[in-house]
Amino acid sequence: MILIVVIGAIALSQLVRVYELTAKLRKHGEHEIPTRDNYLNSKLMLAFMLFQFGGFIYLMMKYGWTGRGPAASVQGEATDWLLNLNFVIIIAIFFFTNFLLFYFSYKYVKKPGVKAYYYPHNNKLEMLWTVVPAAVLAVIIILGLRTWNEVTSASPKDAIQVELYSKQFDWTARYSGGDNTLGKTDYKLILGNNELGLITLATIDSSILAMRQGPGGISDIKKLLNNRDTVLTDSLTAVLRKDLGSKERLLRLLTQMKSTHNASLDKHAYDDIIQKDTLYLCVNKPYEFSFRSKDVIHSAYFPHFRAQMNTVPGYGTRMKFTPNKTTAEMRTIKNLPTFNYVLMCNKICGGAHYKMKLMVVVLEEAEYNAWMKGRAAKNFKATYFPSPVDPAANDKPVKDTVKTAMN
Amino acid sequence: MASAAHDVHSHDHHDHHHEESFVSKYIFSQDHKMIGKQFLITAVFMGLVAMLLSILFRIQLAWPGESSDFLNFFLGDQWAPEGVLKEDMYLGLVTIHGTIMVFFLLTGGLSGTFSNILIPLQLGARDMASGFLNMLSYWFFLLSSLIMFLSLFVMNGSIFGIDFPGDWGTIGNGPAMAGWTVYPPLSALPQAVSGSGFGMTLWLVSMAIFIAGSLIGSLNYIVTVLNLRTTGMTMTRMPLTIWAFFVTAILGVLSFPVLLSAALLLIMDRMAGTSFYLSDIMVGSEMLTNHGGSPLLFQHLFWFLGHPEVYIVLLPALGLSSEIIATNARKPIFGYKAMIGSILAIGFLSFIVWGHHMFITGMNPFLGSVFVFTTLLIAIPSAVKVFNYITTLWRGSIVYTPAMLFAIALVSTFITGGVTGIILADSALDIAIHDTYFVVAHFHIVMGMSAVFGMFAGVYHWFPKMYGRMMNNRMGYAHFWITIVGAYGVFFPMHFVGLAGAPRRYYDYSVYGEFDTESFNMIMDLNVVITVFAIIAALGQLIFLFNFFYSIYRGPAAPQNPWKSNTLEWTTPVEHMHGNWPGSLPVVHRWPYDYSKPGAADDFIPQDVPLAEGEVEH
Repeated sequence: MILIVVIGAIALSQLVRVYELTAKLRKHGEHEIPTRDNYLNSKLMLAFMLFQFGGFIYLMMKYGWTGRGPAASVQGEATDWLLNLNFVIIIAIFFFTNFLLFYFSYKYVKKPGVKAYYYPHNNKLEMLWTVVPAAVLAVIIILGLRTWNEVTSASPKDAIQVELYSKQFDWTARYSGGDNTLGKTDYKLILGNNELGLITLATIDSSILAMRQGPGGISDIKKLLNNRDTVLTDSLTAVLRKDLGSKERLLRLLTQMKSTHNASLDKHAYDDIIQKDTLYLCVNKPYEFSFRSKDVIHSAYFPHFRAQMNTVPGYGTRMKFTPNKTTAEMRTIKNLPTFNYVLMCNKICGGAHYKMKLMVVVLEEAEYNAWMKGRAAKNFKATYFPSPVDPAANDKPVKDTVKTAMN
Repeated sequence: MASAAHDVHSHDHHDHHHEESFVSKYIFSQDHKMIGKQFLITAVFMGLVAMLLSILFRIQLAWPGESSDFLNFFLGDQWAPEGVLKEDMYLGLVTIHGTIMVFFLLTGGLSGTFSNILIPLQLGARDMASGFLNMLSYWFFLLSSLIMFLSLFVMNGSIFGIDFPGDWGTIGNGPAMAGWTVYPPLSALPQAVSGSGFGMTLWLVSMAIFIAGSLIGSLNYIVTVLNLRTTGMTMTRMPLTIWAFFVTAILGVLSFPVLLSAALLLIMDRMAGTSFYLSDIMVGSEMLTNHGGSPLLFQHLFWFLGHPEVYIVLLPALGLSSEIIATNARKPIFGYKAMIGSILAIGFLSFIVWGHHMFITGMNPFLGSVFVFTTLLIAIPSAVKVFNYITTLWRGSIVYTPAMLFAIALVSTFITGGVTGIILADSALDIAIHDTYFVVAHFHIVMGMSAVFGMFAGVYHWFPKMYGRMMNNRMGYAHFWITIVGAYGVFFPMHFVGLAGAPRRYYDYSVYGEFDTESFNMIMDLNVVITVFAIIAALGQLIFLFNFFYSIYRGPAAPQNPWKSNTLEWTTPVEHMHGNWPGSLPVVHRWPYDYSKPGAADDFIPQDVPLAEGEVEH
């Protein structure tokens, strides 16, 4: 590798020597540009303009500006309309100004006997290209803000509440169940059987118990620290003491949480439905999504619904959209029988960032209701307190419905 | 670096009256011209590193998962076992590529080089206001560059097996991996990604030093511009280059301290257990006790610098191109005062637009609307600049030096990249394309290409002033045409990748195959095209490197005023000397743009030529 570079450098230096010698024979130095070079570059400027315009037109014809297909939500259609309008404006500016720039570069190349025109300023012209862009921008701003206000405004009251919970590197959805109210959550309650940290009296109790006596809990750490039979290194002791300190603090907070907990709200949490792998949505229903993150910032990005919102740890975010094309319809439109909607992570979140996604399936109302009916039986309560008898007798038909929708 | 600069002069070295030692002349130099060259050489090295990193990750994007000896050669078995890049290191490459390009090449390199060389020379000053601070600013820059470069080699919390005391090292593999914007919590938690250990610590330390150096430099530039102008050099007779450097320095002084505070708070969160940016976090199964901080605080602080930073990068390039276009079109720059006005307007507006980077962070939509409004306002002074450039070319008598080619190309990229900014500034549209390749295409064209073109234009144009020799024009032409075609080939298709929905910073777009084979085919095809153009453009830079270093040693001697320019730097002797002018300082009688003035014998009248009888100043 290095050898190639060295040989290349030597070859190049020889070439330059030859060039240098021939240059000495010429009359001009490097500060005087020969007319031929000047003309050649002016023509290349024009050629480059054609390359740029041609490349743009080719890419546009081949891919268009919505390579991801038509918008699949009501809000997305509004933004697509605005995007199209903006594109028309900026493409016009792109062609117009680039044409002037490169055409002048070509036309006004130095010619023998022609002196440049001394033209230092013209206030009228300058006023013109201050006012015209300002007017165009005013239109863009007004239309843009109108759409922005529509898209970000509060959801209608009957919007379906769904939470999307992000962590390295997957998504979990939580439907609000029959009451359309999501149960409250706290990250301190996250445990094996309560991955989303829902707050109920029972989850608080089990978290307190785990913090006190669970594996790696406070009593375990104390045992290790007080064990006189083994000698701990200083650094390990320091780590354990720090761990103990934070766990005792968390325990205090949990105990506090219990003392102020209002158990009558537990029902909102118990009927919530936790769903992994695939997010099912019902077509033409307004959705109100709320977002949480467990560890770092992620971004819930639905390219086909033209929707996106960051998920921020310790800080809830929200967004709304109304899907208006079922998965089946979109497959027909795109003529792509394997197509699926998707929710991707769009904020760098670690090594497997690119794999963090959740399939989204939009169903007709009847299909959706059938699926939800089966799912509702397996709500948070049913999974948190598993009953000895398996009540999932009507599981099969539901799975079949889902399968048809997925395929 | 400095030793390279030493060789530059070793053989055309004549005795001056005060002979200096090697160290004071080439290493700890306090002469602004030498410091400018030190900045340039350091930045060229850093730029090459960043370019190489981009080629490495472009190979992964074009041919994901395929074995490449090239990757294995540069990254070794640790990061590219069997020639396949590791996921974590992909993020590391992206992060350091961005950091170096934005800060080390286009802030330190562009502004550091040309502010240093041109401010005293074009103003008629003997040197910077403080030569010592100027020297410090370079050494801070060099130190931060070295730390950033070394952070690429972090392994198990140490570099080349050297352990650092205390909690400094001990954990982490590879450089920072949280993207160049280093958003916490990802950058704050070593558990979240392997680069957030020692690599991230080095990133923060490097940036803190960089900012200190940049502040010292900027203060020096501001003081010099305000106080050391020669007789007759009023503010409205300053070349636009100086106006651009002046406003850039003000932006830097006002915004970089905010980034420093953001970095310091992040260091506190990482090392002292504070919760400025952290709240209610569980990493894996580890529950943290931090509560009450906000990751969005970091984003506000970061972008309060981050957006002015765009103009810290861009304004010097626009200043250089104004000078070069006027000189080589043999015409006054059109609308000199409007150009100054738009530089000032852009500078001011750049401080009240940072929220447009945060439309989808969940900030109040009303606040978003305000940022939409202020952001789109920037398009007005930008449009004024573009039309003024175009009018300057109109009925000119254009001489195509390589510098002129790059300067005109800069105007084109400023347009092409600028118009897509209108879409991204529109919050409603930003929702759908935020953080996609559309954004990557936008800022690489408007900021990356424009500023790099400005920097190349500056190097070609002022090379005779810096080294007393001429660069080879033919190689300059080849370099230009390969670069512009290559760069467009890279960044133009990226718009379409972004419109297809592809998020940035993805290691492998094959994931599209699982849900949309149509987009998958398009993205994968275009990624190959982009990578091929990137490799072509990168190879084109070898021509520049060769031309640059070769001409330093063996280029033909430069005449006093090779481009027939009006500004004062061309009145100094070709051979560098302390104090710049052998006798008294030149006295300025006119603005710098008297090109092709009717009634004059030549098509240029240098600024130190008195007005002829009856001649009216522009």
